[in-house]
Amino acid sequence: MSLTNEIVKQRLTDKFGEQLTEWEEPYGMLTLRAPAEMNLKVMQFLFDDEQLHFRFMTDLTAVHYPERKDEELCVVYHLQNMIENVRLRLKIYVPVEKPDVYTASKLFSGANWMERETYDFFGVNFIGHPNLIRILNVDDMDYFPMRKEYEMEDPTRRDKDDQMFGRG
Amino acid sequence: MPRPVQYNTKIKMVELPEGYSGEGFHATSFDKVVGLARKNSLWPLPFATSCCGIEFMATMGSNYDLGRFGAERMGFTPRQCDMLLVAGTIAKKMAPILRQVYLQMAEPRWVIAIGACASTGGIFDSYSVLQGIDQVIPVDVYVPGCPPRPEGILDGILKLQDIVQNESLRRRGSDVYKGLMESYGIQ
Repeated sequence: MSLTNEIVKQRLTDKFGEQLTEWEEPYGMLTLRAPAEMNLKVMQFLFDDEQLHFRFMTDLTAVHYPERKDEELCVVYHLQNMIENVRLRLKIYVPVEKPDVYTASKLFSGANWMERETYDFFGVNFIGHPNLIRILNVDDMDYFPMRKEYEMEDPTRRDKDDQMFGRG
Repeated sequence: MPRPVQYNTKIKMVELPEGYSGEGFHATSFDKVVGLARKNSLWPLPFATSCCGIEFMATMGSNYDLGRFGAERMGFTPRQCDMLLVAGTIAKKMAPILRQVYLQMAEPRWVIAIGACASTGGIFDSYSVLQGIDQVIPVDVYVPGCPPRPEGILDGILKLQDIVQNESLRRRGSDVYKGLMESYGIQ
């Protein structure tokens, strides 16, 4: 019997009950939200459970929602069961003032660099990460460029003014 | 049957600099001779990071052939070269490396920024891209285009040859030049 989204959802609900919310299936990919402090528990269960067997982390990234109060940063995990070829998307939300998330790098070694990248661009503080430093940007950068707090254009450029673009 | 031998008679030589000629000698000023020699033996150092580099390869290839202008030999070490050709987008993380390459070149050294990205950052108006290499090293010639045609790059090199030929021998020791270097934090 192949693993369907319904079975995954049933297994998770049996284990965690009402704590998992915002169930969706955009383009057939099961999506759910967990409380921020429970991310490791949910992933460990998905990893260990004989039936679910989500043992591969495809992707880890973040999204910035400036309009959501106290849950501005969303950390997204993409997990995969490589036996049944079933994917799952797990989201957790943290406030931008205190973006503390437990690291998944102990569970998935591949999360190490992806968490560094997420830290680099969004400033998510992964607690317990072995080496949480910038990975792609210059080391002396003092901001997190993918947060939606900045103007689109580089402010160091003096040769571009609004008049040149017809919006003066 | 022997093959007919063809001699290339359309060889164009560099004009003799103005001076006083007699039998077996030619007297002229030293900086004209040095300018002539430097102009026609520029050693290019390609620093190609993206699509402008492909156009630069075409410039070096047989169709456009930069060798016609005395810049045949690419040196892949900055210590031997005097013409740095920056072709392509330079990320901010790449900027210190580009600067180090420039510092490793011996004087006299010249820089050409090939293409919109090297000159101004181009379309990459972004947190990660250096908005023109003249923020980290002084540039002599800017070649516009995205990417420029090989003709454009050749034109830029010919412009640089003019600069090289007419450069005063005292320029590199002058206060203006030292001020320029100091404005980039060099020496």
